[in-house]
Amino acid sequence: MAAAPETAGTGKGLIGWIDERFPLTKLWKEHVAEYYAPKNFNFWYFFGALSLVVLANQLVTGIFLTMSYKPSAAEAFASVEYIMRDVEWGWLIRYMHSTGASAFFIVVYLHMFRALLYGSHRRPRELVWIFGCLIFLLLMAEAFMGYVLPWGNMSYWGAQVIVSLFSSLPIIGGTLVEWIRGDYNIADPTLNRFFALHVAALPLALVFLVVAHIMALHEVGSNNPDGIDIKKYKDDKGRPLDGVPFHPYYTVKDTLGVAGFLMIFAAVIFFAPNFFGLFLESPNFEPANPLQTPPDITPVWYFTPFYAMLRAIPSAFGTQVWGVMVMGAAIVVLFFVPWLDRSPVRSIRYKGPIYKTMLAVFSVSFVILAVCGMKPPSGIYPILARVCTALYFAFFLLMPWYTKFDSVQPVPERVTGHA
Amino acid sequence: MLKASVLIIVGLLGAGTALAEEGEIRLLESGADIKSAESLQRGARNFMNYCSGCHSLKYLRYSRLAADLKIPESEVVKNLIFTGAKPFDEISTAMPADATDWFGKQPPDLTLMARERGVDYIYSYLKSFYVDKTRPFGVNNLYLAGTAMPHVLSSLQGLQKPVYKNEKDAHGSAKMVLVGVEAMTPGAMKPEEYDQFIRDTANFLDYAAEPIKATRQSMGIFVMLFLLVFFVFAYLLKKEYWKDVH
Amino acid sequence: MSEEVDHSRRRLLTAATVGTGAIGVAFAAVPFLASWKPSARAKALGAPVEVDASKLEAGQMLKVVWRGQAVFVVRRVKGAVDQLSGHDAMLADPASDDSVQPDYIKATGAARARNPEYWVGLAVCTHLGCSPLGAFQPNDSFQVAGADLGANWPGGFYCPCHGSKYDLSGRVFKSMPAPKNLAVPPYAIAANARIVIGVDDAPKAVS
Repeated sequence: MAAAPETAGTGKGLIGWIDERFPLTKLWKEHVAEYYAPKNFNFWYFFGALSLVVLANQLVTGIFLTMSYKPSAAEAFASVEYIMRDVEWGWLIRYMHSTGASAFFIVVYLHMFRALLYGSHRRPRELVWIFGCLIFLLLMAEAFMGYVLPWGNMSYWGAQVIVSLFSSLPIIGGTLVEWIRGDYNIADPTLNRFFALHVAALPLALVFLVVAHIMALHEVGSNNPDGIDIKKYKDDKGRPLDGVPFHPYYTVKDTLGVAGFLMIFAAVIFFAPNFFGLFLESPNFEPANPLQTPPDITPVWYFTPFYAMLRAIPSAFGTQVWGVMVMGAAIVVLFFVPWLDRSPVRSIRYKGPIYKTMLAVFSVSFVILAVCGMKPPSGIYPILARVCTALYFAFFLLMPWYTKFDSVQPVPERVTGHA
Repeated sequence: MLKASVLIIVGLLGAGTALAEEGEIRLLESGADIKSAESLQRGARNFMNYCSGCHSLKYLRYSRLAADLKIPESEVVKNLIFTGAKPFDEISTAMPADATDWFGKQPPDLTLMARERGVDYIYSYLKSFYVDKTRPFGVNNLYLAGTAMPHVLSSLQGLQKPVYKNEKDAHGSAKMVLVGVEAMTPGAMKPEEYDQFIRDTANFLDYAAEPIKATRQSMGIFVMLFLLVFFVFAYLLKKEYWKDVH
Repeated sequence: MSEEVDHSRRRLLTAATVGTGAIGVAFAAVPFLASWKPSARAKALGAPVEVDASKLEAGQMLKVVWRGQAVFVVRRVKGAVDQLSGHDAMLADPASDDSVQPDYIKATGAARARNPEYWVGLAVCTHLGCSPLGAFQPNDSFQVAGADLGANWPGGFYCPCHGSKYDLSGRVFKSMPAPKNLAVPPYAIAANARIVIGVDDAPKAVS
């Protein structure tokens, strides 16, 4: 009986035992206890943590919905009502998931806006931003496929319209659409494969990207509302003077943020789960009917800005591919923002009036586009949508020039204030 | 191509104006109260007696209805089940499958109608049948032009006639526009009684569309109070720790 | 970060927040755990089953499905009922002390039935869950699955899987693979041998 080989462990007990085999304490220190975050995070910095909370909510509620949902064209709609009525508490789990979908986009849009405010995408955080854009892209696919699953009439026709977009691609369009649908129309095979992607493939990819997003962030350190580097001034132990350890300072602060968020989230779930027809749309309480399009066919609110751009571009040269290209470009352009911004400063606090104006115009345009996408394409809306599409792209495409020539204010050496 | 685009634009404009026209006839307010068990009980009785012959509630079980509306199950079996169904069964119709031939289309299942169209729509619809000799059943509806449904409640409400108004359209030519309905012959109920009758019925359908609605609202208050407590603790905790940071 | 830190206040507030959060998580877990309970549909499908046993001839049996399980309803011959208490010595659990049945069934002793003429029990062998066969004729040379039940066979059930034998009240014989008597579900008998499986009390007649 030879004694087990001794390894040099520093810790004692169970944690010590684990640390000799897995970097538990190391991970905790690197990413939480000794991750120094700037002390001047403000309100806008809640939304990253909140995205994580919503992701967890979607994963847990989603897994439980899967236990009662039937991914077949014949049974899907009834199985959702089964969840809403026959499964104990099924209604709550479903509302948490449907409200969570909208909440996800709210927090992610605000999280992205924060980056545009304080230049969080700028060097050296380009990869953080690119992982983020990929998350946004996958989130859109995830949300779209999830929206199809209840197999209501809006699910069906939404899928019809969005999948048909691919038919505008030259040469391969028709074949591609048939391949996506697996049928000559949106049908049972389409629902079945969307289900597989929605519950397995895309969530896996999303979780992977979220890990990459956070790892990239922790590698370079967080930006802050002043857009300055906190690693420049350190104390004698090498800790940034303007940083505070994530735990306990930001764990308690984010707990507060989560508490506030949960109050709004619960208010929607318990008192307005339809959210005035925005989160759960009335035509979707009618089962999918391939023979009858709902009177106003609009996507869920979080897609409407992009849908409005799609509709704003008319067909030309016998194809409607231009609208699809513009819509695609609206998302692709996001990936290039770190290189489009040529301003010598990161944060809007020290940028000049041109950037402030452009960002304001861009934000308003985005909201107007969202409204246009919900309205029938008549009256003032198509024109409004075109103007706002132009303004949306102007913000990005003109960025290299106006950020370069814009005036800037002197950037302080140390962060200013904290919330 | 150009021709097609023009057609599409004209079509869209047409659809736009049609929408605008529909929008002119506002829905009536039902005043239904989903927390009133008496109203829901009356509504359930109304539905079973007047509607369930043709319309099913295929996602609602009799037993659930009995429990939620506080009607003893034996009462439900005795007074509300006409089809020989068991209490656990969903509410189906006694109508044979070939009923499509009777009305030109299958009468829709009404379980989710209140979520699809709203409780006010059901109330408005039931109040607004008017005499129209051109229709198969002699009636039309202010809120669903060309409705396939006969006015099954006409013996209670009496008959109504349409009210038109002369208006000029976009091209300046005069045309008759339907703007409302008015009583023609009285029915077995006074107007207020009839309004209450359809209010209860609409209320019951609102319940049927989401049986958990009243429960989730009252539950929500407790959840909010709990989260408020959590918020206060989290706030104090954050304040306490952030004293360190200058 | 120099001045006095009120550690007790910190501990108190941390405990309050973590405690409230833990209560919240516990409350939030309830819906998820409860969603695994049989749903309203499962309960509807598991609703009591009514059998009209009056049509059975003496010595015949029928199987009905209740909650996805087969249930025996046997109409016993008068003579067989009288002899039920005669072979207690051969049984593993003659008084059904270790077996599963409602109290009102256990109280009936050897008959194990609300009405001695009709025996109701789960068609699930207590060994490994096979469905036993009826072999009601006593002292029969009748062979089931190649096994002779013997000259002193009083009549009962025989499980083809591993040869467990039960008497006509579903009581298992000694030294059989099966450890317990066949289980008896809750049931009630309404007028005219209408047996309602799955309830303890006969439903009131609906006028």
